[in-house]
Amino acid sequence: MAERKPKVIGFCCEKHGMDAAVLSARSGKQLDASVRIVQVPCTGRVDGIHLLKAFEDGADAVFVLGCLEKNCYYDTGSIEGRKRVGYVKQMLTEVGIEKERLEMFNSASSNAWAFPDAVSKMVDIAKKLGPIGGGERQ
Amino acid sequence: MIVAKRKPLNEIAEMLAPYKKVTVIGCRSCVAICLAGGEKEVKMLVSALKVKNKKEGKKQEFEGFVVERQCEKEWIKEVEDKVLGSDVTLSMACSLGAQTIGDMYPIHLTFPGLNTGIFGVPEEQGVWSEKCVGCGNCIIHTTGGICPISRCAKSMLNGPCGGSANRKCEVNLEIDCAWAAIYDRLKIQNRLDLIENVTPAKDWSTSHSGGRRTYVREDARLTPHQKKGKEAVQ
Repeated sequence: MAERKPKVIGFCCEKHGMDAAVLSARSGKQLDASVRIVQVPCTGRVDGIHLLKAFEDGADAVFVLGCLEKNCYYDTGSIEGRKRVGYVKQMLTEVGIEKERLEMFNSASSNAWAFPDAVSKMVDIAKKLGPIGGGERQ
Repeated sequence: MIVAKRKPLNEIAEMLAPYKKVTVIGCRSCVAICLAGGEKEVKMLVSALKVKNKKEGKKQEFEGFVVERQCEKEWIKEVEDKVLGSDVTLSMACSLGAQTIGDMYPIHLTFPGLNTGIFGVPEEQGVWSEKCVGCGNCIIHTTGGICPISRCAKSMLNGPCGGSANRKCEVNLEIDCAWAAIYDRLKIQNRLDLIENVTPAKDWSTSHSGGRRTYVREDARLTPHQKKGKEAVQ
């Protein structure tokens, strides 16, 4: 039986986050997961409900990839994103879900390693923790 | 406005554990402004509880709604079928909203999802501070517009206590002394003479200490005939 691939959802800002993802794809980096990218205008647009919905709908791990905080295209979008990730991490802890399943990453658009690094870190966490509830992925 | 805070999710989950079908109802008034029980908070709560149940392999149905003002029966009526169609209702409004639903449907279970806190004002984004305790007898015209009842830990009426030092309160050094603020305010208003006035002991019978309070405005009340007409329309 084929090994189950962890389901990882990445919310990437359309500026530096997506640029980093595209650059890594062009560099031919291989990803060991079924990663789904959700492109958002800015990580400041990512709301807590989006992150929770991802888990509700079967994600094993979720990450948010935005611009570097001091170089955010929309100035404070990455900071907003980080704060929301922090809030949802706290909610996950309260309901007994490992907060490590959710992370925020920042990257410059010229960094080809940021996206694969984020994915690989989240895949490791998802593999270590397994799917939420222990059941098969939907 | 009334400022409230969501109860810890594990406490909410524990309250709801024995019930299969749960209706969560938020409120678009005060608790939406203080980011505790508005539309977004209801959605996030429902989602978080679903994730928890998924982890525990538990089957529970959640539905979330938001009404304009949960403390008014007219708005609750709009979601009556949702309330009665569930095993339990979780109110994401202040205690007034939860109690309004409870009073309307006394057999039905209504639990609070929020801890109702203070009459507060937003000081900055994400920060609310208490400025009134609803004592029923406002005196801020004599104290430069600053309430010594809510802002002084001891509700002093005639200047600061002996514990006030460097403009801070002895109860908590992060709290400003209310009477230092009152002094400053009266000074810039050129009304420092007011601080010399002796305020007699407060009549607390208008506050909660006098038991449950009901405010009535006779001219706004409906006559029995008007009530009958209104019921007929509804």
